[in-house]
Amino acid sequence: MILSVKDLCIGYNKSLVLEDLNFSVDPGDMLTILGPNGVGKTTLLKCINRILTPSKGAVMVEDADVFRMGAGEIAKRLGYVAQKSEAGRMTAFDAILLGRKPYLRWKVSDYDLKVVDSAIRHMGLDHLALRHIDQMSGGELQKVCIARALVQEPTVILLDEPTSSLDLKNQLEIMRTIKHVVKEHNIAAVMTMHDLNMAFRFTDKFLFLKEGKIFHHGICQELKAGIVKDVYDVEVEIITHNGQLVIIPIGTDSLN
Amino acid sequence: MSHFDDGRIPPEYSSYIGRKVFFLLLLTGLTIFFFVLSISLGAVRIPAIDVIKAVLGQSQDARFQIIVMNIRLPHALAAFIAGAGLAAAGAAMQSILRNPLGSPFTLGISQAGAFGAAFSVMIIGSGVMQSSQVGAVTISNPYLTTIIAFIFCMLASMVIVAIARLRGATPEVMVLSGVALGSLFGAGTMFLQYFADDVQLAAMVFWTFGDVGRAGWSEIRIMGIVVLLAVLFFIYNRWNYNAIDAGDETARGLGVSVERVRMVGMIVASLVTATVVSFLGIIGFVGLICPHIVRRVIGDDHRFLMPASCLTGGVLLLASDTVARLVLSPHVLPVSILTAFLGAPAFLYLLIRRRIK
Repeated sequence: MILSVKDLCIGYNKSLVLEDLNFSVDPGDMLTILGPNGVGKTTLLKCINRILTPSKGAVMVEDADVFRMGAGEIAKRLGYVAQKSEAGRMTAFDAILLGRKPYLRWKVSDYDLKVVDSAIRHMGLDHLALRHIDQMSGGELQKVCIARALVQEPTVILLDEPTSSLDLKNQLEIMRTIKHVVKEHNIAAVMTMHDLNMAFRFTDKFLFLKEGKIFHHGICQELKAGIVKDVYDVEVEIITHNGQLVIIPIGTDSLN
Repeated sequence: MSHFDDGRIPPEYSSYIGRKVFFLLLLTGLTIFFFVLSISLGAVRIPAIDVIKAVLGQSQDARFQIIVMNIRLPHALAAFIAGAGLAAAGAAMQSILRNPLGSPFTLGISQAGAFGAAFSVMIIGSGVMQSSQVGAVTISNPYLTTIIAFIFCMLASMVIVAIARLRGATPEVMVLSGVALGSLFGAGTMFLQYFADDVQLAAMVFWTFGDVGRAGWSEIRIMGIVVLLAVLFFIYNRWNYNAIDAGDETARGLGVSVERVRMVGMIVASLVTATVVSFLGIIGFVGLICPHIVRRVIGDDHRFLMPASCLTGGVLLLASDTVARLVLSPHVLPVSILTAFLGAPAFLYLLIRRRIK
């Protein structure tokens, strides 16, 4: 087990948003947190990373309690890719070098530069290394953000809707990239998503949130149409195409 | 656990960094050039070699020695220190408030400091007002004046930080808040002026024009120490500012305590502003335009942006002050008039460019 969440309760203004969450993730796992808008997916992700503080419960990374660590120590274990990242006038290399922040002292070491160079090549960003990120496409910028989280050398990478606002080609490319780095480096990824097909195509495990609680948690092959219906109140049919699950909402919505 | 152990240091990146270092060296050279030029030019022209000798205390000409050490050198030092301090404060504010239009002047912090300094001088009696061209206000207790100016700067800063935390507070909203704060403290200064006698009034009006010529050695010493420590502090926080530029959540994910960095950064920027304003008056736009000039050349990376902004601010104010002294010679214009002529069009340009984007 690389990450375990125990009895986590999260609240705003004395009312609980999420309660009694328990789940764990193993090395090499990709877990997707799913659920309707506003259910608390992003809140949960931020809480795992201690960007938000829970009302009670614990988050353990490799048996160390996140809530007893310093901010720098957390950043060395948990990489975080926010839903929205600002693009300033900075090269991709420098933007990724920023991911070494938890390790940096007064001077950037040769090792820091080598890690960034390696990450750039692993992510296929070689040709863009010295391009300013404010001149990049959404997909390229998202790759830079993932590379920045990877050079933190985390054991778990957290991604908040990594494919939102990307076109289909870029969505597939980003998800392939995430899967590749998770498997290659034997780390774990926990991400939030709205696109069920993209989630079940690329990830191993899913976790549905409903009304502040875990509604269902399991491996992707266990998904049943009834679960989707109960969570989203939408009838779906689940078919298998080339060995992959495809979720199709039932009913016709054609213009005619 | 290292995921990436097959990296190398890319030579292209090394040469890219080399170009930035070269730019910093170029700015350092420009600073020395303008320093010598500024001391050299004036009613009495002093050859560059004599300037250097006089600064080193080895001039053969006693007249040159007196002019350089008593008039020109303090003038040039005050201009450089104030310019560097205001530009560093501007660069820090633009980052920590994530607002490209941020600066001590556009956010009303300079005006708050000016009110605080006027309040201290007039009401608490930390200075003597005279109505002469040189030394309109003589600060008898520079520490008290700076402290009172700092308190008012902090008051304005805290209002700005509170507005920045409001959801949807755009850079334009914050600048408008700065206009409101500037008007409020301007009204406060006018209130003081209303009750001032003729001599005090003339002195206060003259004092609202920021001028580097009114600082003596003791003021320069205080300004120098405050600005140096502040710049070192800003440079120490360079990675924190880079992280905040990438977004608050990304910064938190990188282990940055965003709220603390923001609050302490604003306190230090306010202290620099208060120190400069309480000794020299309001000098606008240096803090706004210098970081933008530098950003266009070497980008947003605070490792280079911060020192380069300081040097550019120092050079700009040094050059502006030299022009202000010579353009209507023998009359000496307050440097703030010149920086306003330079800065206001640049400010409009930045506003329009944002709108187009």
